[in-house]
This record gives sequence, structure tokens and C-alpha cells, in this order.
Amino acid sequence: MILLVSHVSTYRYDAPVRGAVQSLRMTPSVCDGQRAIRWQVEVPGGTRGAAFRDGAGDWIESWSLRGPASEITVKVTGEVATTDMAGVLRGQREAVAPEVYLRETAPTRADSGLMALAHEAAGGASDALDRAHRLSAAISEAIAYRPGATDAQGTAAEALALGEGVCQDHAHAVIACARHLEMPARYVSGYLHAGEEGGPNEASHAWAEIWIERLGWVGFDPANATCPDARYIRLGSGFDARDAAPIRGVAHGRVAEALDVTVAVEAVQQ
Amino acid sequence: MTTGYFNEMYEDGAVRAPYARLEDWMRSMPAELRQMKQAEAEDLFRRIGITFAVYGEGGDPDRLIPFDMFPRVFSQDEWRRLERGIKQRARALNAFLVDVYGRGEIIRAGKIPSRLVYRNEVYEKAVCGFVPPRGVFSHIVGIDIVRTGPSDFFVLEDNCRTPSGVSYMLENREIMMRMFPALFQNNRIEPVDNYSDLLRRTLASVAPAKCDRDPTIVILTPGHFNSAYYEHSFLADLMGVELVEGADLFVENGFVWMRTTEGPKKVDVIYRRIDDSFLDPLCFRPDSLLGVPGLMDVYRSGGVSICSAPGAGVADDKAVYTFVPEMVRFYLGEEPILQNVPTWQCGKEEDLKYVLANLKDLVVKEVHGSGGYGMLVGPKSTPEQIAHFAGRIAANPEHYIAQPTLALSTVPTFVEEGIAPRHVDLRPYCLVGERIELVPGGLTRVALKDGSLVVNSSQGGGVKDTWVLAE
Repeated sequence: MILLVSHVSTYRYDAPVRGAVQSLRMTPSVCDGQRAIRWQVEVPGGTRGAAFRDGAGDWIESWSLRGPASEITVKVTGEVATTDMAGVLRGQREAVAPEVYLRETAPTRADSGLMALAHEAAGGASDALDRAHRLSAAISEAIAYRPGATDAQGTAAEALALGEGVCQDHAHAVIACARHLEMPARYVSGYLHAGEEGGPNEASHAWAEIWIERLGWVGFDPANATCPDARYIRLGSGFDARDAAPIRGVAHGRVAEALDVTVAVEAVQQ
Repeated sequence: MTTGYFNEMYEDGAVRAPYARLEDWMRSMPAELRQMKQAEAEDLFRRIGITFAVYGEGGDPDRLIPFDMFPRVFSQDEWRRLERGIKQRARALNAFLVDVYGRGEIIRAGKIPSRLVYRNEVYEKAVCGFVPPRGVFSHIVGIDIVRTGPSDFFVLEDNCRTPSGVSYMLENREIMMRMFPALFQNNRIEPVDNYSDLLRRTLASVAPAKCDRDPTIVILTPGHFNSAYYEHSFLADLMGVELVEGADLFVENGFVWMRTTEGPKKVDVIYRRIDDSFLDPLCFRPDSLLGVPGLMDVYRSGGVSICSAPGAGVADDKAVYTFVPEMVRFYLGEEPILQNVPTWQCGKEEDLKYVLANLKDLVVKEVHGSGGYGMLVGPKSTPEQIAHFAGRIAANPEHYIAQPTLALSTVPTFVEEGIAPRHVDLRPYCLVGERIELVPGGLTRVALKDGSLVVNSSQGGGVKDTWVLAE
């Protein structure tokens, strides 16, 4: 598949800021199954700074912008050729030991509800891969997709208690359950070509990867009850949504911030 | 209270050789002179402003750490062995850090449990795969050593992040030389005052490859409210480098810049005295105002060096400590010169059982604690204190380790009643850069309370000048 991506994030401030620094993880991973034909990240008015590939294999680049500025825009455009790898991450160079991803973070803490769900779902599984599939299916089942049900600071436990959430909550919940069962798991941020029915902001997507011995990292997208395929573009990973965030930034000044995002992922060729 | 311990000055009623010339000095000092000198020392300390605020204790924030005028002395032979052992340990700790952020050979070889490293809160995923200049993570290694006999030295703990106290080592010497110049004529004592030159050279030697000129070094402090702020400004002064706070630095073009009256100046090496989690809100704690946004991206792309390197803390974790002798064998193929104190890991069931049954004889420490807070000294505690602590251990066993109560050596110390033996430890500061260097000396801490084995300044400890005699 050839996917066209256009992703514009605009931060608007109620008073001009003195400057801003951003650390962006917005470039497609270098791995089998996806290849950037062209890709561009820009912050109009800003200066590109440090750029490097980190130990998890993600391409990170910094931008700084001298103020005064009352808005900052991050523009991503590109074209990526993808193939279906059945969710298996191959060909990515990484230096992080999978066991590191057993660490619990606040949004991925397993409460009694998540623990019970994990044990129930995994019972009777034939092997680790089967267990991971069952976990993902159980989360799809337990948390209904409803935009606006939760906010960005929500935890997996809260989403499960509520019974609804967005892709971030689904990913956190699968991660919490997997880690509880001593399976390394991590949060992945990226893009999804959702087809005609997808809304404008659902193209910015998140899912989970679970480490399966002898197979490596395998993606699971409980929000869509599937494993990532040719419709997905992988950007980067982390312990949780905050750690894997495509944009991290600090603006200098005591201001209120409003974020406006438009994302479109179109298929130009099947 | 202090019999049965190794007295560094007297052995079997005779004065040990390194202290030979101190006996006359001690005898010839009348009580009035001693009091006068002690008052003079305190006055000097206060005038130069070296005070130490202790977190959470309240009281006088400008409280002085008590200075004891009676020096602690090592012979050249004793020191040479210590020095070899300290350098060996500093090399092994750095090799371990490069390894665990790289291929993890020591874990693959089964020499250390992976969980202690990879699931450790201070193991920093953000620096996996990154090798700092010259393969050094810990540039200043403070190794806490205790002595129990003429040639029995044990390492109590390693400090690989930002060990403090070196300003006391330097000031104690300065003040002793001012007050007792004759002592320094009668004894040939190795100097320590080149420490700041060596520190500067060490920091300059780990400048990033992108730096093509005499590197600009800064000390990054959390600010004047920090308990070690004096030391930060003292070292900046001695090295002739800028003392900066996070707000004085910014990131642009892939480099770190310092705001100066003549415009931005590029910074190559940051000797930071703030914790990892406060370094950069974009990488670590997003609520931190102490650090520099974007710093970690510059660091990881090779634009600046940070000393100690982020992530170094995993080598001085108290649970990892148990494995340092193994690191020496694994990376250096040598036998450790300095021994560890036998340690029980309360996270292990068998060890926990033993610890809970023998609390009255043990010292129990929190794995992530420091400064003598949250520790139990069994033999010095009441049954109620022991019972209370047992509850804390049982609730979170993996947070605690236990060690036997060591018979810490004593050194004569001026006390109200005259001179009496008091327990001491030693913290030397090993510098690791292009070379591994150590000034002959360190910080001797002394437990001033009769019978006390806790030397921490927050728990009534004082400091002494530490001498290494030239041959």
C-alpha cells in the first residue's frame, strides 16, 4: 500500500511565548514492511537541532523556536510504502532489552480489575502468542471505543472501570495486563489509514507491542481488534503514551495553550 | 564503648607508626589552647561559608558540620593498596555501565540477575545504546570505605552519580594548615589541593567529539536552596568555570548554550549536580523547572557531555552493590582488592528470614535511601524500634538490604572530656576520564557520639582532615 500522510498540529497561546523547544518522534520507523518514499517534518519559523536514532530505534529530532510567538505549528507530510507483516516488527535495530518494558508506569498500572481480566483471558492459552492475542481480544471486548470518553491523563484501570475509551486506553490496558503476566509490552504511536469511515483525527493512532520469545515484538491493536497491517505506519514506542508521544514540547511563558490537530492518511494505491 | 575495635592510633598500647608524630602534638596541647583552636576553626568555617543544610531536619539551615582537629592518618603503604582497590572498582563500575546500556554481556553470562538491572527504577531506557565519550558514565566515583583491622578494608557503598563532600576534604586541609603550620613541617603529608585541577582535566577529557577547541565546562546546580550549593560554587570557583542553573542554559542548533552578557556561549561539558529526573522536562519529569528542555536530545546526539552520565545510578544501587566484586572479575579479570561487606537481600526469602530473626545484630538500609535516613542499626536500637522496623521490612522486603554491624575502626577525637576514640569511615573521590586519578586523601567522617557507628552528617557526624604520609 502507498499511504499519504498529512499531519498538522498547531499550538495557540493566549499570549506570546518567549520561545519553545520541541522533541519530535514523528518519522516512520526503519523496519520491514514500511519504507518512507518521502517524509518531511517542519516547524515553520523554527530551527532544527539535535537529530538521532535512539536505543529503541526511533528517529528523534529537536526543534527550537525563538519568540515572541503566539502559535507554533508542527507540519508532517510524507508518503510511505507499506506491506502487511501480520503485526510482527522485523528489521528494526534496537538496543533496549525487552525486560526493560516490564516496568510499571502510572497509566499502565494493573489494578485488581485488570489483573483479573488478564488471568481470565490468558487461562488456557496454548503459548505466549496465543496469550497475547487473547489479552488483546479481551480488552477490545471490555473497553468500547468511544471518542471523548476519557482524557489524555486517564489510566488503563479507569478506562476498564468505565468500559469505554479511545485507542490510548486500549493500548494502556493491554500493556498493563501483559506486564502483569510478565510479558514485556510497550506503547506504539503511529498512523492508521482507517478508510472512508474513519474520522479526521483517528488517523493518529496508537497500539501496543508485546514481546514474544523467538518472534520478537508483535503489534496488537485492541481498538480495532486486529494486528497492525499495511494500513499502519509505525513512528515510535515507549513505556506509555507520554513516553512514546510524537510531540513533546516546552513553551517559555505563563500562557494557556490550545492544540488544534488535523491528520489525514490516504491510500493512493492498494 | 569503643574497646574491641581497631584503634588506628594505638595497637597493643603502642602508637602505630603513621601516628607517631601526632602523639607529642596531642600531649603538648593544653585544654585552653585546644578550646581556642576549636573556636578558631569554627570561626574560619563560618567565615568561608561552608555550612551544610540537612533536608527534613529543620533547625539551623546554616549549621556547621562539626570539624574535629585530630587528623586521620594513612601510611604510604596503606594508601597505595587502597588506591589500587579504589581505581580498580571505579574501572569495573564504568565497564558495567557501558555493558548494561549496550549488549548486557554480564547479564547474558548469568553473573547478575537481569531483573536487578533492567527493572531497576534508575536504569535509564533513554540512554540505551549510547556510549558516552571515552566510555565513562561515572566521572567522579565516591567510594565509602570502612576499616576493621590493620589491613581489613571494606566497601560500604559506591556513589556513582554526584557524590558530595569533596569541598570538606579540601577545606579541612586548608584550615588545618592555617591553624597548625608546624604540624605540616614535622610531617610529610601528601597534598590534596590539586583536586580541582584534576577534576577540570577529567571533565575536559570527556568533551564530545564535536568539540574542536578548549572545552567550555559548567557546573549545573539546582540552586542556592540545595544543601550542597556551597560545594557547587566552591568547585566552580576553584576550577574557574561558570556555575549555572537550568534557566541559564538553552538548546539550539543541536548544542547547549549559556546566556552571557556577551551573548550565547557554547557549552561542551556539564558537571551536573542535579538528579537525572530533573535534567530535562522533555525526557524525564515534565514538571521539572530545574533542568534544560531539550538537553537530553543534544546529549544523545553527541553535542554535549553530561557528568555523571544520565543512567549512572544503576551501578550504585544498593542491590547491585552485592555484585561489584563479580564485575571486577568479569570485566577486568582480576581479583577485587577491596572487599564488599556481606549483604543480605531482603527480597530473597531465605535472606529475609535470617534478617528478621537477627535484626538486633544487623544494620538494615533502604535500597534507594541515602544520608542515613530510613536505616536501622540493630545493636543501638530499642526493641520497639526494631519491631517497628521489622514491620516496614516485611511490608516491602525488596526495598531493604541488611549487613552485619561492622566493627568500624576508631581514631582519637577531641571530645568534651578530652580525647577519646570515635568511629570513622572514609570517602575518597576517584576521577575517571582519559585517565583514572585519585588525590591522596578523602573525606573522613567521624561519629561524634560515644559508641555511635553512624557517621552521616545528618545523624551527628563530623569530619576530619585525612592525611596520607609521603615516604
